[in-house]
Amino acid sequence: MTELTREAAQALIEEVLEVYPEKAKKDRAKHLMVNDKTIEQSKKCITSNRKSVPGVMTQRGCAYAGSKGVVWGPIKDIIDISHGPVGCGAYSRGGRRNYYAGTSGVDAFCDINFTSDFQEKDIVFGGDKKLAKLIDELEGLFPLSKGISVQSECPVGLIGDDIEAVSKKKAAEIGKTIIPVRCEGFRGVSQSLGHHIANDAVRDWIISNRDDQAFESTPYDVAILGDYNIGGDAWASRILLEEMGLRVVAQWSGDGTLAEMENTPKVKLNLLHCYRSMNYIARHMEEKYAIPWLEYNFFGPSKIAESLRDIASHFDDTIKEGAERVIAKYTPAMNAIIAKYKPRLQGKKVMLYVGGLRPRHTIGAYEDLGMEVIGAGYEFAHNDDYDRTMKEMKDATLIYDDVTGYEFEEFVRKLKPDLIGSGIKEKYAFHKMGVPFRQLHSWDYSGPYHGFDGFAVFARDMDMTVNNPCWGMLKAPWLKEETSADDLKAA
Amino acid sequence: MQTVEDTKPCFPLFNEPDYRELIKNKRETFEETVSKEKIAETFAWTTTQEYQDLNFKREALTINPAKVCQPLGGALCGMGFEKTMVYIHGSQGCVAYFRTYFNRHFKEPIAFIADSMTEDAAVFGGQKNVHEGLQNATKLYDAKMIAVCTTCIAEVIGDDLGAFIGNARKEGHVEKDFPIPYANTPSFVGSHITGWDNMFEGIVSYFTQATMDGKVVGSNKKINIVPGFETYLGNYRVIKRMLKEMDVDFTYLCDPEEVLDTPANGEYQMYAGGTTIDEVKDAPNAITTLMLQPTSLEKSKKFIESTWNHEVPKLNIPMGVEWTDEFLMKVSEVTGKPIPESLLKERGRLVDMMTDSHAWLHGKKMALFGDPDFLLGLTKVMLELGIEPTHIVCNNSNKRWEKAMKKLLESSPYGVHAKLYPGCDLWHMRSLCFTDKPDFIVGSTYGKTIQRDTLYKGPEFEVPLIRLGFPIFDRHHLHRMTTLGYEGGMYLVTTLTNAVLERLDEKTKFMNDTDYNFDIVR
Repeated sequence: MTELTREAAQALIEEVLEVYPEKAKKDRAKHLMVNDKTIEQSKKCITSNRKSVPGVMTQRGCAYAGSKGVVWGPIKDIIDISHGPVGCGAYSRGGRRNYYAGTSGVDAFCDINFTSDFQEKDIVFGGDKKLAKLIDELEGLFPLSKGISVQSECPVGLIGDDIEAVSKKKAAEIGKTIIPVRCEGFRGVSQSLGHHIANDAVRDWIISNRDDQAFESTPYDVAILGDYNIGGDAWASRILLEEMGLRVVAQWSGDGTLAEMENTPKVKLNLLHCYRSMNYIARHMEEKYAIPWLEYNFFGPSKIAESLRDIASHFDDTIKEGAERVIAKYTPAMNAIIAKYKPRLQGKKVMLYVGGLRPRHTIGAYEDLGMEVIGAGYEFAHNDDYDRTMKEMKDATLIYDDVTGYEFEEFVRKLKPDLIGSGIKEKYAFHKMGVPFRQLHSWDYSGPYHGFDGFAVFARDMDMTVNNPCWGMLKAPWLKEETSADDLKAA
Repeated sequence: MQTVEDTKPCFPLFNEPDYRELIKNKRETFEETVSKEKIAETFAWTTTQEYQDLNFKREALTINPAKVCQPLGGALCGMGFEKTMVYIHGSQGCVAYFRTYFNRHFKEPIAFIADSMTEDAAVFGGQKNVHEGLQNATKLYDAKMIAVCTTCIAEVIGDDLGAFIGNARKEGHVEKDFPIPYANTPSFVGSHITGWDNMFEGIVSYFTQATMDGKVVGSNKKINIVPGFETYLGNYRVIKRMLKEMDVDFTYLCDPEEVLDTPANGEYQMYAGGTTIDEVKDAPNAITTLMLQPTSLEKSKKFIESTWNHEVPKLNIPMGVEWTDEFLMKVSEVTGKPIPESLLKERGRLVDMMTDSHAWLHGKKMALFGDPDFLLGLTKVMLELGIEPTHIVCNNSNKRWEKAMKKLLESSPYGVHAKLYPGCDLWHMRSLCFTDKPDFIVGSTYGKTIQRDTLYKGPEFEVPLIRLGFPIFDRHHLHRMTTLGYEGGMYLVTTLTNAVLERLDEKTKFMNDTDYNFDIVR
């Protein structure tokens, strides 16, 4: 595939939109664009964070998924109740691979699905009584939990349950934090609002809990925000920060604890990895506690080095030297990895469609390996995400917001990328089409991908997928002749 | 630190000393966790009878349920019909979850769509979503049928799906004669198996209820097969094969076998195979309808008996020898076709396998969990092998199941010690595995945390998991296997026996220590 011109890319978008009825076409057109690096503000050329078109295959989730599935689920010493019918808790159990260290069922609860399993009578009479009783039962069976969050599913909001009152009452009774979270799935247009709601609940019920308490600070205290420890990402990040001399007081929410979150307002700098899911709480702490925050990117050695230096620039020379020391320490290993994999991956084209931060953050890591990202898009971004993405993307590449299954497949058919990085819902369709694919939500059961250690795994994984022999076997040999003749005709 | 020659993913990377140190420091400095002693003491307490008693007193709380919600079942049912797009009226998040759940189990693309109801729809009702959604869906997906089921939100606000679809036709959002069967599948009633039953009834009643004129039972000389919520692809195949070998003409009512197993050949096929609309319309003309999951298909059965006038024969799920015999004899009886030599030979081979393997299985104690009919079948197979089921947990059972299960267990000396736990979950099962240790636990992937937890108490307490049922996320391709018929029996005997043997190897492989039974011959 040769480089796409701006006109050709625009024509491709228009061609793909042809099939839609008029109203849907008009709507979808606003979400697709050809990148233009000269434009500063994405809102001039792409619309995001709007309702998905009914009846098309969106890959989006819901507020509950954003709150329980992403933000709250990985906090290990708090029990999350999936409050409502049985499905949501089961579907969100264990899928994200946010690792934690602890004794499950005793002081850690991430891999357990607690639900109130609503029945018809709970819908009719309300679930508040059940919730109160359930909290007592939890207290009896899991005495070492540090707190409880009530993650409300759709019906809870619709029937008008007062989970706030129940939580308040029970919290006083059991002497633990109980956090009602209004993350009903129908709120907002994607999981993104769930992140915001979850952040607000953290703000209201956790962040100021220790405002009056003393804390032994050091000048080097930082917190990691927006790392969910998928495949151990946060550990591979934390190790670098500690090596450069910083003290990581808290990490959210992967392998996180209530105590760490409560101590976060004591840090000197908040380090924000997933901007989309946690910029809200970073801004809150900036306003209330005057804690600056900094976005960083720990994918791929170029971006990691850049980020380590950025982070260090907020501190004294000890840390600045520390950052250089860390970069120097890992550089030979990273160079060896690039030397091995770049020749195998050079020039390969990548299309991305993921959530949170990956459609922009991973671009540098692909570039470190000589690969080129020719299309990127988000499930649930806002325009501030696209502002950031446009700068990372080359001119005349495709940017697609809330892309439908149909559009994505068409783009892939036309652009023929060598690799797709996207989610499990997209994975198998592209396997059938014979396009090498890595799942970029949960690292396809691998990881970590963050940090220098993570990059080694990232490079290995991309290579193993792009260059696996299986992709060459899609056509039976007795059909090959026919196919190549067809290809010639098409060309 | 990573090296290019030996790049380590999460395991074993985080077992390296520097990461162990990092995790330990984090814990000791920042997590404010309770003492190691307190954790050990509390864990030990969770393994006791006292804890079990407390655990079984739960009335409001469910922990690690072994069931999911209705629309997931409805969606699987919809997939079984030719060129049918599954359309969920309600929240898009649910649909993302259903697709993901099946993606993980089948490792296949799953095409469902939502009409993305949000707050405004919750206030004003979802009719606008249905109208716009059907218009877009019919344009985009080249379906022959759209099968609609609902999620919580639509059910709680009381959307009238029938009226919405009717209005969509009237207002021209969708062609007048485009088939749109539907089912109400509230997630707060029943489970995924109820959802399958509801959607099936929705589809067959849509095509046959008003058009029974001229239909004559037996006139097409076929039999109908209704699979129920079935996730083993081999089970669709084995039933078809057996019927073909019997030379019986049949209609498989709901057949997602192909769409869940399209080849990787460069093309993504959104639709493949499936029961055709004509076959559904013709179904009342069949001799009879056999339901493979008798305790889970009550609504469909009622419809078929009352509308199609089929006497739905009393049958058990065709698992194991006797219940497969029973199935084949019933087929033979209603069609007049004899059971052929080939199946007799196959039966003999299964029995041969059982005679060869029984010694490893006899008296083994196994705890089970899963869907009701599957558990009945599995128990039957175990009893035929001399395995002793101990604790049988069914989260989504009903009275019919309990009755059938009791009768089955009473029929065999190997069943007398088994206990039934209707409506219980996997946290109950965890307690049972501690207080009355079985040799194995048999069920879905979710059983693996029980294996881990029991091992944590000590190697001698570990209860290994044998993966049979749904969902299986952490092993590849088991969903392709067969559990029904003699062939399914062979898979079950193989799986169970080799699990026992593998376990024995695990335990006896330590040189000059436990290797007295580490034998080359088994």
